[in-house]
Amino acid sequence: MTRSTHQQNMVAMYTLFRKEVVRFLRIWPQTLFPPIITQSLYFLIFGKFIGSQISDINGVSYMAFIVPGLVMMSVINNSYVNVAGSFFSSKFQRSVEELLVSPAPNWVIVGGYAFSGALRGILCGLLVFAVSVFFTRPVIHHFGYIMVFIVLTAVVFALGGLINGILAKKFDDISIVPTFILTPLTYLGGVFYSISLLPGVWRTISRVNPILYMINGFRYGFYGFSDVNILLSFLILILFAAIFTAVIFYFLGKGTGLRS
Amino acid sequence: MNQAISISNLVKTYANGTEALKGIDLQVEAGDFFALLGANGAGKTTIIGILTGLVNKTGGQASVFGHDIDHEHNAAKRMIGVVPQEMNFNQFEKVEDIVLTEAGYFGIPRAEAASECEQLLKRLELWEKKSQPSRNLSGGMKRRLMIARALITRPRLLILDEPTAGVDVELRYSMWDYLRDLNRNGLTVLLTTHYLEEVEQMCRNAAMIKDGKIITNDSVRNLVGILEKETYVVHVDRVTDIGPLADINAQRVDDNTFTMELSKGTDIAALLNKVSQSTGMSIRDFRPQGNRMEKLFLELLK
Repeated sequence: MTRSTHQQNMVAMYTLFRKEVVRFLRIWPQTLFPPIITQSLYFLIFGKFIGSQISDINGVSYMAFIVPGLVMMSVINNSYVNVAGSFFSSKFQRSVEELLVSPAPNWVIVGGYAFSGALRGILCGLLVFAVSVFFTRPVIHHFGYIMVFIVLTAVVFALGGLINGILAKKFDDISIVPTFILTPLTYLGGVFYSISLLPGVWRTISRVNPILYMINGFRYGFYGFSDVNILLSFLILILFAAIFTAVIFYFLGKGTGLRS
Repeated sequence: MNQAISISNLVKTYANGTEALKGIDLQVEAGDFFALLGANGAGKTTIIGILTGLVNKTGGQASVFGHDIDHEHNAAKRMIGVVPQEMNFNQFEKVEDIVLTEAGYFGIPRAEAASECEQLLKRLELWEKKSQPSRNLSGGMKRRLMIARALITRPRLLILDEPTAGVDVELRYSMWDYLRDLNRNGLTVLLTTHYLEEVEQMCRNAAMIKDGKIITNDSVRNLVGILEKETYVVHVDRVTDIGPLADINAQRVDDNTFTMELSKGTDIAALLNKVSQSTGMSIRDFRPQGNRMEKLFLELLK
């Protein structure tokens, strides 16, 4: 059967997407299960044990308040590490050459990795959300906002993971960003608190943390309130998606970390 | 469009300053079975890397079936199936998945490639292992898997970078038969190998590369024809004065051995008889010094 080049490229992107999804589903105890355990502990300790001592925030119980942040934390981390780890592993085993010798253009590579990484992030987020139902009853203010913010955030961090995977030269290099950048920014991004509770200087500092905007945008979808402007949150996500995509295309075009 | 590969003034200098290619010109006709010979580090794999998009060239032009690798790189890549020197597949992936995934990367859907994959794996005696993770395969099986992976993309040019390295003799002969069949059916093959016998057995044309430059490019028949003279090792009771044997370039090796170079068609028995009479040496035995292609290889690399 004769196919147009575009159809062939779509087949290539689906192939890469499928391969990546099969990979993380095959090793689900390492990829999907850990976030359930970790976030359940957060719900138990911060929500149940400590949260019961904390008063409502904007009329929402503390347990319900932290649900969107914990879901988002899982989305961010899993989207990122999925792509960074998988791409670096394919470089390490040289199986990335299977892709590089193929006629698949760079957007196929970006799309295949970004969508599969985003899917893992979203699946982990959904599992964490499902666990939260055992502890509280989150309400949904606007489903559309929830979808937009979860999908965009997952894609942005999958793209970030791809940059990390491209640049990484050794296994240690793929854990530096999640450990030293993503985790602190996520914890300080309003997962467990509203920045309106912070003193002035900390509130100002918090506003330069991009993850704050992602978590608040997502939380707005649940409860209809946010510490930041929702449109600004959306624009920040679009901006990061655009910057990361441009950086990846530059690296892939140049062959950084891939071609000698 | 008779050229499968057209390379002009190809230059590659690596970041560490190594000049791997110093202006290579090379043409490979469509349908040819072409050998690229050279010592380790001569630049063979760099040429393959540039053609397949794994190495950035520093200068020059290259095209595959008329598709320029700079301006139509995806169309050029679509023509090529490559079997690299080193294993480059996911060790945890199943054999069948490795082949079908590569088909997908070339735009052939999994379902459509499945029957072709079955034929290839059966022909390469891997069908029984199709559900095994690739790490469970033997070295020879892994080589065959890479051939199957390259062929599933329906290439017009198959590039084999030392495909029989580490493969046992029986399997090597079976692979040769298969590759000859593919070439007879129109597939252009570019082969690099250290088994020089392979070149004589399979290739019509060959180029030899040394220090990033092509030093010869001719038909295998003509290249072998260069060997007008063949060296023989002669064992005698005791090597005496070999001065009278200067016309056959006799060279003393040790007290009991000397070498001599004979032109094609020389009557060896008569010559040895003459040597024995003129020098008084008693000849015990003699043998050719080595394989003709190896001799050629060394001659040209001098």
